[in-house]
Amino acid sequence: MSDNLLRRLWRTKQGRIGAIVLGLAALLCLFGPNLAPQNPEAIDFLGRFRPPGAQNWLGADQLGRDVLSRLMTGARSTIPLALLATLLGTLAGAVIGTLSAYLGGRWDEAIMRSIDAVMAVPGLLLALLLVSSLGKGSLNAALAIAIAFTPGMARVTRSVALSVRAQDYVKAAIARGERGSFIVLREMLPNVIGPVVVETTIRVAFAVMLFATLSFLGLGAQPPASEWGLMVAEARRFVHQAPWIILAPAIAIGITAIGFNLLGDGLRDALNPRDER
Amino acid sequence: MPARWLIRRLLLVSYTVLVVSLLVFGITQVLPADAAVALLGENATPEALAAIRLRLGLNDPAWLQYLHWLGAALGGDFGTSMRTGQSVAPMMLVALSRSLLLAGFALVLMLCIAVPLGIWAALRQGKAADMVSGMISYVGVSLPEFVTATLLVICFADRLQWLPATGYIPPGEDFAGSMIRLVLPVVTVSLMMIAHVARMVRSEMIDVLHTDYIRAARLKGLSGQRVLLRHALPNALLPVITIVALDVGYLLGGIIVVEEIFAIPGIGRQLIIAINTRDLPAIQAGAMIMALTYAVANTIADMAYAALDRRIRYE
Repeated sequence: MSDNLLRRLWRTKQGRIGAIVLGLAALLCLFGPNLAPQNPEAIDFLGRFRPPGAQNWLGADQLGRDVLSRLMTGARSTIPLALLATLLGTLAGAVIGTLSAYLGGRWDEAIMRSIDAVMAVPGLLLALLLVSSLGKGSLNAALAIAIAFTPGMARVTRSVALSVRAQDYVKAAIARGERGSFIVLREMLPNVIGPVVVETTIRVAFAVMLFATLSFLGLGAQPPASEWGLMVAEARRFVHQAPWIILAPAIAIGITAIGFNLLGDGLRDALNPRDER
Repeated sequence: MPARWLIRRLLLVSYTVLVVSLLVFGITQVLPADAAVALLGENATPEALAAIRLRLGLNDPAWLQYLHWLGAALGGDFGTSMRTGQSVAPMMLVALSRSLLLAGFALVLMLCIAVPLGIWAALRQGKAADMVSGMISYVGVSLPEFVTATLLVICFADRLQWLPATGYIPPGEDFAGSMIRLVLPVVTVSLMMIAHVARMVRSEMIDVLHTDYIRAARLKGLSGQRVLLRHALPNALLPVITIVALDVGYLLGGIIVVEEIFAIPGIGRQLIIAINTRDLPAIQAGAMIMALTYAVANTIADMAYAALDRRIRYE
């Protein structure tokens, strides 16, 4: 079944481009430091602000470090943490959302109104508050993003669970006299997972952006890490002399986020049986 | 609008304020093991720590501290800034007014671009124009504000030298100078919303154009323009109100980043300064005011929706 899904995903244009982009990103995360042409931390004062060329393909930064090598090494400190943050947030949100849909009635109302209230705090603001209390650093930033994502994921999971519960095939299963565990696990869960996976994939794009933003604001990854948001922040002072230092990580963040957005949309099309031709 | 519905809305806003206050207070005051150490640093003398604990009431149980804080906050008193020694609430409100100017311009610009873009894409569904607007949307939602801001500064301030890179001038002082410095920040914050809202307008418009009442209007012999503007557009734009209100959350987040980059002394920048200097009262006031702004914006949107859509049934 998953084989079939992958094939359908590959047949959508967005899904194919997204999968290719993210495949490359995964390669960078796994082998980036080995593939990097130079040592990302090697300082070369003669090569400061060297423009892109044969020696440094994407130029050198204010300390003469190779931008391409830093970019390739930095993938590892940017993408996996964003992924982890989203997965944690999805898990926590899915538990709360399913619980709310399962309890129903007044409890559901109370939980959902509280979720709505928490969502009055913009995601970035909530993450900022949490990081300011937990302390700066990559792991704390990821944790903060996970917590900031939880209410939104809870809302999505609940609404999907409720709509699945109202479907005829679930009613039919109930009428057949199936056990509760069978209905939840075999009838409802497979149909809940799809939309939640789509939402999660698109959220990873936000997580990548949020994580880079926190690092950019000085609250996420700390120097001398080559996290992409931090690279942009450090290069800001040299925008005039050497725009390539800032362009490379900025574009890398954008491409990664586009990759997750495309994959999410491709998955949505692949999971939607109406579009099957 | 029936009174019962209004009362329910107001109760929901009050509940939001209560939850947000618990959240903000909990995160800022309770989570760090010792707020006194957080304020004075690791090397503070025990006497100084004891003195500040007594002054801030940190020896009281957490719920009592919360009630004291909430009581004062509801009266508009968030305490004095640890950094400047001034009262926090007025400082934050002045900052908020600058941010609202930025946000207002961004919203107007977003609507002026996103709505026509969405309609255009819907009318040319599947054609080149639709693809182009789709691609713009992808890029728009995938670039964080600090990246967009950086790219815009490199392009329009550094290379072309058309616009100043950073800085803030109050509109009362030098109106033209103030406006020209707002161009890049406004464009930056509106970009992500443009991408998002244009996509929504497109899909709503496509749905509406396939309804029976549009077909009926066409068969009646009305001109295409009249069908589009009088029959389709109002129905397509209604759901967009809700989306725009929800996007105010992104807008506020974007404002934090953009104010920091363009050195605009709005509430976002004040908040970042407060966080970096561990100025607890300022953090609390900034977060509360921002969340309240969002809650109010959503309530207004709900009311506008209810007022405009005569089909709505008040729960």
